[in-house]
Amino acid sequence: MGGFAETYFWPAVTMILTSVVAMLVLLVIIAYLLYADRKVWAAVQLRRGPNVVGPWGLLQSFADLLKFVFKEPIIPSGANKGIFLLAPLISTVLALAAWAVVPLDDGVVIADINVGVLYIFAISSLAVYGIIMGGWASNSKYPFLGALRSAAQMVSYEVSIGFVIICVLLVVGSLNLTDIVLAQAEGIGTAMGLAPSLLDWHWLILLPMFVVFFISALAETNRPPFDLPEAESELVAGYMSEYSSTPYVMFFLGEYVAITLMCALGTILFLGGWLPPLDVAWLNWVPGTVWFVAKTLFLFFLMAMVKAFVPRYRYDQLMRLGWKVFLPLSLAMVVAVAAVVQLTAEG
Amino acid sequence: MEALLESYLPLVVFIGVALVIGLALLIAPFIVAYKNPDPEKLSAYECGFAPFDDARMKFDIRFYLVAILFIIFDLEVAFLFPWAVSFGDLGWFGFWSMMIFLGVLTIGFVYEWKKGALEWD
Amino acid sequence: MTLTGLFFYLFSAVLVASGLMVIAARQPVHSVLFLILGFVNAAGLFMLLGAEFLALILVVVYVGAVAVLFLFVVMMLDIDFAELRQGFLNYLPVGALVGVVILVELLVVVGGRAIAPEVVESVPVPIPDHDDVSNTEAIGQLLYTRYLFYFQAAGLILLVAMVGAIVLTLRHKEGVKRQSAAVQIARNPATAIEVRKVEPGKGLS
Repeated sequence: MGGFAETYFWPAVTMILTSVVAMLVLLVIIAYLLYADRKVWAAVQLRRGPNVVGPWGLLQSFADLLKFVFKEPIIPSGANKGIFLLAPLISTVLALAAWAVVPLDDGVVIADINVGVLYIFAISSLAVYGIIMGGWASNSKYPFLGALRSAAQMVSYEVSIGFVIICVLLVVGSLNLTDIVLAQAEGIGTAMGLAPSLLDWHWLILLPMFVVFFISALAETNRPPFDLPEAESELVAGYMSEYSSTPYVMFFLGEYVAITLMCALGTILFLGGWLPPLDVAWLNWVPGTVWFVAKTLFLFFLMAMVKAFVPRYRYDQLMRLGWKVFLPLSLAMVVAVAAVVQLTAEG
Repeated sequence: MEALLESYLPLVVFIGVALVIGLALLIAPFIVAYKNPDPEKLSAYECGFAPFDDARMKFDIRFYLVAILFIIFDLEVAFLFPWAVSFGDLGWFGFWSMMIFLGVLTIGFVYEWKKGALEWD
Repeated sequence: MTLTGLFFYLFSAVLVASGLMVIAARQPVHSVLFLILGFVNAAGLFMLLGAEFLALILVVVYVGAVAVLFLFVVMMLDIDFAELRQGFLNYLPVGALVGVVILVELLVVVGGRAIAPEVVESVPVPIPDHDDVSNTEAIGQLLYTRYLFYFQAAGLILLVAMVGAIVLTLRHKEGVKRQSAAVQIARNPATAIEVRKVEPGKGLS
C-alpha cells in the first residue's frame, strides 16, 4: 500500500491542493480588481467610491458576496430551470478553467500544455454559451434580445482576436504560452545591440495588432464601450435581467475573470509576460510573477479607464468596426507579418 | 504520449475545482437564503407590464448570417494555426500556398462587402 | 495508465449518452445542448489519442462556431413538435440506411486492421513521434505542401459557403438610413456650416 500512496495518492493531493490554492488566490485578486475598478471609475468622476466596509472600503467585494448569498434566488416561472441555472455555472467555470494554462513565471503554471494559446482561444469561444443559454432560458424579452446581441458581438470580435494570435504565432512559432513569453527576450532592441528591454516585446513590432487586440478584448468580454448586451438604457440588464442572488454574481464573476484573463493574455502575447522591462540588476531581482501581475494590472487599469471615459457604441457601429475595420486590418497584418518573417529568415 | 497526457491532468483537476467552487456558489442561496416567491415576483420582467406572449420570438435573419460568416472566418483561423506554427519549415512554398487560400477567401470577403452583407440595419 | 482508461470510458459513455439524448430530447434547444456535450466529449477522446490540436480545433470550430449557428437556427424557428414527430417514421428508413453505411465503413476500417496489421505501418506518411514534433507542427508540415490541393479545395468550399449564405439570407430593408463613417470624418467647417449675415427684422429667405 505504501507504493500506492507514494505514486498515486500524494501527487494527487498536491495537485488538488495547488489547484485549490491557485483558485482561491485568483478569486481574491478578482475581488480586489472589482474594488479597484470601482475606485478608478469613481476617481475619474470625482467620487469616493466604496469606502465604508473595512479600511478604505477594502472589504467591499466580500460584503457584496455575502449580501448576494443571502438574497432570495428567483427562478422565473416561465424559465427552463435546468438551463437557467446551468448558464451562470458554465460562464464562471469556463472563465476560471482558462487560467490553468496561464504561466505567471517560467515554470509557474498549473498545466504547461503544448497548445496553450489554442486552449485559451477555445475557452473564450465557448464563453458565448453562458450568455445565450441564460438569455434563452429566462424566457423574457430583454434577456433574449441581450443574448442575441451579445452572441453576434462576441462572435464578430473573436475572428479578429484569432488573427491577432496568428500574427504573434508567426513571430514565435509555438503554441506554448511559455515559449511565447521567452521568444520576447530577444527582438528589436537586442537586434540593435541594446541590452534586453521592453523594446524587444511584441507590442512594438506588432503595435497595430496590440491595439486591435486590446479593443477586441473589450468587445469580446462585453466591457464598456461595447457593453451593448447589458445596455441598461435599452435592455434593462440584458441577459442578466431575470437573475438574482448568486446566479447573478456568477455571471458577474465570470465576466470579470474573463476580463482579467484577456489582460493576462495581452501580457503574454505583447508585454513580455514575466520579463523585466529593463536589464538593470534591481529590476532583474524582482520575481517574474510580480512583473506578470503588474503588467496584467496595468492592462486592467487601461480597461477601467476606457470604461470611465468612452461612451457606449451603437450596435451598427460596433459591427462595422469588427467586420469592416478590424477583420481586413488584421488579415492584412497576417500577410505582412508572414512576408517579413519569411524575408528575414532568408536574409 | 504519456507525458503529453500527464500535462493535461492538472488541467482536469483545475476544472474540477472550478466546478466545485461554482456549484457551491450556485447552491448556497438555495440553502441559506430566505424564500418567499409569489406569482408577480416570478413573472418575467417587462417594465411593470404583464408579459403578454412568449418571449422567444422570431428574430432578424441577419444574426444567422453573422453566425455563418463567423464559422467561415473561424475555419480560416483554424487553418492558419498549424501554418503559423510550422511556418519556419515551410518556406516560400508554404507562404504562397496560404496566400492563394487567403486570396480565395478575400474574394469572398470583397463580395460580402460589395453586397452589403456587412452593413447592419 | 489506468487513469487513461478511466477517462476513455467516461468520455465514451457520456458521448454515447448525449448522442442518444440529441435524438430523444423533446425540446430542440436541449438537443443542441446535448450535441455540444457530445462534441466536447469527442474532443476529450481525441485528446486521449494524443491529437491535442484536433481536439481543441474541434472545440473551437464545432462547439464555438457551428453549434452557435445551430442554436440560433433552433431558437429562431417556431418548431411545431407534433409535425416534427410525424416525420420521424418517414425518415427512419433513410436514417437507418445512413447508420448502416457508417457502421459498415467502421467495420471495414477496424476489420482491415485486424486482418492485416501491417497496413497501419504502410501509410504514406507515418505519424511522427510526439517527442520530436508536436502534432500541430506535424499537421502544418503536411497540409500546406503535400496536401496542397485538398487545402485549396477547402478554401474554395469556404468561398462557396460564403457566397451561398449571402445569396440565401441577405435581404436589405428599404429606407434604412446608414451611417457612413468616411463621409462623417471628411466633414470640415467649410462643408458643414454656412455663416450668413442676418439683417435685423428681415430674417433668412
